Amino acid sequence: MSAAPAPSLAEVARRQAHCRYVLRLADTALVLGQRLSEWIGHAPELEEDLGLANLALDLIGQARLLLSYAGELEGRGRDEDALAFLRDAPEFSNLTLAEQPNGDFAHTIVRQWLLDCWQLEIYAALTDSADSRLAAIAAKALKETRYHHRFSSGWLVRLGDGTEESHRRVQAALDELWRFTTELFAPDAVDQAMQAAGIAAPLAQPAARWSARVDAELTAATLQRPATQPYPWHGKSGVHTEHLGHMLGEMQHLPRAYPGARW
Amino acid sequence: MTDDWPLFEVFIRSRSGLEHKHVGSVHAADARMAIEHARDVYTRRAEGVSLWVVRSTDITASDPGEAEALFEPARDKVYRHPTFYSIPDEVKNL
Repeated sequence: MSAAPAPSLAEVARRQAHCRYVLRLADTALVLGQRLSEWIGHAPELEEDLGLANLALDLIGQARLLLSYAGELEGRGRDEDALAFLRDAPEFSNLTLAEQPNGDFAHTIVRQWLLDCWQLEIYAALTDSADSRLAAIAAKALKETRYHHRFSSGWLVRLGDGTEESHRRVQAALDELWRFTTELFAPDAVDQAMQAAGIAAPLAQPAARWSARVDAELTAATLQRPATQPYPWHGKSGVHTEHLGHMLGEMQHLPRAYPGARW
Repeated sequence: MTDDWPLFEVFIRSRSGLEHKHVGSVHAADARMAIEHARDVYTRRAEGVSLWVVRSTDITASDPGEAEALFEPARDKVYRHPTFYSIPDEVKNL
């Protein structure tokens, strides 16, 4: 038997980009899910506690499917647990917005809403992907995301159009977190490789739809859209704010202290 | 904060064709939030396909003190029960 011909350099690069692309989606879902789970036991109401935990579980479920797939694409034998718990911060490729701390409830809602709107567009576009497995994961995730968006946009309007205090807090959260939105639709080499392969859609259309939805909902919430700040955030490329390392320290403590531990 | 949020009663229809049944209550600031809370609290294990919520204060209940006047008169009218009729085998779901 003759060995399979070695893949070309271009093919190797394409596979790496494919793995990287799936990993980014996975990491954003995982990091956001972990952040939300920090509310458990601390939410302002019992019902909100359960609601936030449900969102977290959906996101971690999405992350599991995506991480498993990324591990297979990588081909180095890393499963979902190895990828979630045994990578350091520079290896994580989530959007910078996802790792920002919970802050007050308004911060959590604004972060959630901005990313829900992003996931709505990205997952919807991926349901037409040439990668059928990614399309199937996106279709499942999209149903969950529609509920997440219902939850977060409801709160955005309730807080924005609520009391003077709630309006002030949610506008402050928006003003603080808005700078991270520049990264959401900024394509890099990985995105371009995936667009060329028909796996990801060009980002221009989702970006325009995201922006229109955000504007409409901000108006309903009587909130002001902050000015665009082209600060270069690079969470997608593994350059993170200080917050991610602290979050991972807590998230990864157990599997690192007790390697191979099982329930 | 709970003191500020009104109580809503929650009704779930478990599958199409069946009626909504009362399952419990949630606190919420408004009806939309009450649907979300009912979804998160009572449909976690795929219990339902439809939800109703109604403010608890909008429900008028019968007075337990009036139970005799309301319900006793039906007790001796056993002829209203369908137990005197034989039901044909072809009739299902009665």
